[in-house]
Amino acid sequence: MSFPWAKEYTPQHPLMRYLDEKLPVPRLVYNAVGGGYPVPRNLSYMWNFGVLAGFCLVLQIVTGVILAMHYSADSTIAFAKTEHIMRDVNWGWLLRYAHANGASFFFVVVYLHIFRGFFYSSYKAPREMIWLLGVVIFLLMMATAFMGYVLPWGQMSFWGAKVITGLFSAIPLVGEPLQIWLLGGYAPDDAALNRFFSLHFLLPFVIAAVVILHIWALHIPGSSNPTGVEVKSESDTVPFHPYYTAKDGYGLGVALLIYFAFVFFLPNYLGHPDNYIEANPLSTPAHIVPEWYFWPFYAILRSFTADFLSIPAKLMGVLAMFAAILVWFFLPWLDKSPVRSGHYRPLFRKFFWFGLIPTMAVLFYCGGAPAEQPYVMIAQLATAYYFLHFLVILPIISSIERPEPLPYSITEAVLGKDEAAQLEPAE
Amino acid sequence: MTETTVTANSVEGAEGTDGVRRRDFINVAAVSAAGAGAAVVLLPLISQMAPSADVLAESSTEVDVSGIEVGQAIKAVFRKQPLFVRRLTPKEIEEANAVDINSLRDPQTLAERTKEGHLDMLITMGVCTHLGCVPLGAGEGENKGPFGGYFCPCHGSAYDTAARIRQGPAPKNLEVPPYEFTSDTVVKVG
Repeated sequence: MSFPWAKEYTPQHPLMRYLDEKLPVPRLVYNAVGGGYPVPRNLSYMWNFGVLAGFCLVLQIVTGVILAMHYSADSTIAFAKTEHIMRDVNWGWLLRYAHANGASFFFVVVYLHIFRGFFYSSYKAPREMIWLLGVVIFLLMMATAFMGYVLPWGQMSFWGAKVITGLFSAIPLVGEPLQIWLLGGYAPDDAALNRFFSLHFLLPFVIAAVVILHIWALHIPGSSNPTGVEVKSESDTVPFHPYYTAKDGYGLGVALLIYFAFVFFLPNYLGHPDNYIEANPLSTPAHIVPEWYFWPFYAILRSFTADFLSIPAKLMGVLAMFAAILVWFFLPWLDKSPVRSGHYRPLFRKFFWFGLIPTMAVLFYCGGAPAEQPYVMIAQLATAYYFLHFLVILPIISSIERPEPLPYSITEAVLGKDEAAQLEPAE
Repeated sequence: MTETTVTANSVEGAEGTDGVRRRDFINVAAVSAAGAGAAVVLLPLISQMAPSADVLAESSTEVDVSGIEVGQAIKAVFRKQPLFVRRLTPKEIEEANAVDINSLRDPQTLAERTKEGHLDMLITMGVCTHLGCVPLGAGEGENKGPFGGYFCPCHGSAYDTAARIRQGPAPKNLEVPPYEFTSDTVVKVG
């Protein structure tokens, strides 16, 4: 698809014309991220994070494939192999730190991408499919990150594997056999480590495939924009290249500075020291926490401390944790307001900045804190608000809210008047 | 179309009298910086495939040669590859010295392939210089080939008693690794 004014790919060189006839890959690239993709002219830096997430995926695949060249998924030597990478392999320390911090960086970028979607209601029609695919990507990322964290076979790896597969044991009747099946044993060992390694290698490529669908679906309606007003005419858009290749390139440069500050100066800041102790099935570390990017969901898991209507607390916690993400799938239908952008939705905006964001911050903090008071109670209140926000507050807001007046077009939002696009003199 | 032309011009940057736009400078500078960065990133990505520190640390081997009888050979391991250590008989030394050097594919004398004072200690890699198989001849009762040294069964390369290539596709003599006698009976290879 494209807007009728999208520039046509016109190869000049005979070789490129030949290629365009036989295998039009350059045309595909031109129409996807080149001059042939018209993009709203008013995108802010919040629209950088899709490209950054794509960059992270490539970064993780490249460093991960290399790490796999030096690693062995044998529980007797996996821990030693990790140290082998750190000490013996040329530049191994850099590659492993780049991969471990790359995972964190990937989640930072994706969380910002998702919150951009929340604020600007990027999930609304006609972009529901993009959103649904995005949630699928996020779930795949969580599975991949979890299994990757098991591979160094430290204490946190082992107990993470045990606790997370333990979630499945909460399922009535089939739970315990299911956990044993997942692990290939009664506790994480060789069988579990090998299948986690295999799947950790496979899933990034599955993610890449869903990313392609995500981008494909995006290119049908085209990118959303901070006003939420759909593109009306050519003056509302600029070609992706050079305008957004330059803007994304700048954003990438800034992001890489922050990323490498961690890789080089704080490589273990986001990790846990206990993971430098080899896995010991006989001793659980005093305070086990998942990686920081799981903390909000971990807090929800731990919020259910008492049986609820004859459903055991353990099962409730697991259901709530999964529901906390699955509820995102229903967002396009929970938020019925015809206005997309939070900039024109006064009530929605208040609940976003003073409801959802602080709640996520509290859940994040409590998920990383020990499972004791007052954190448990605070997390319980935050969990309650979290579900209330998506399931009750959003639908109510969208029916009672009176949105602020929208600009007629993107051009008007940017230049004050739509016909100004033609009158603006050259610098 | 007219309005985009104007819009495009207004953001393309001022053009100097020489036809070079100020934006060209930023463009070239940014792409160059990114290109240099990408080139530097290649260094660790390529270097990681080279032997790691633990592999390099195993790269010298000590061999006790005192137990090798005259006419006998042993196989040791150097850099995860077979190493042939052979004590030549006087007849084998004689045969090796009798050869016309200029007739050889890889001209070397036995003296050049051994250490001074140890003309009978022939130490070579057990790796055929053709495509890397282990030649026969070091083990008890193995086929030593038509020249009494080593014979590679893969593609029929025959080496003489100084482990020089005499017949078959191999281009070079069996490699003599760097080594030294640390005492009369101990050899340090590598």
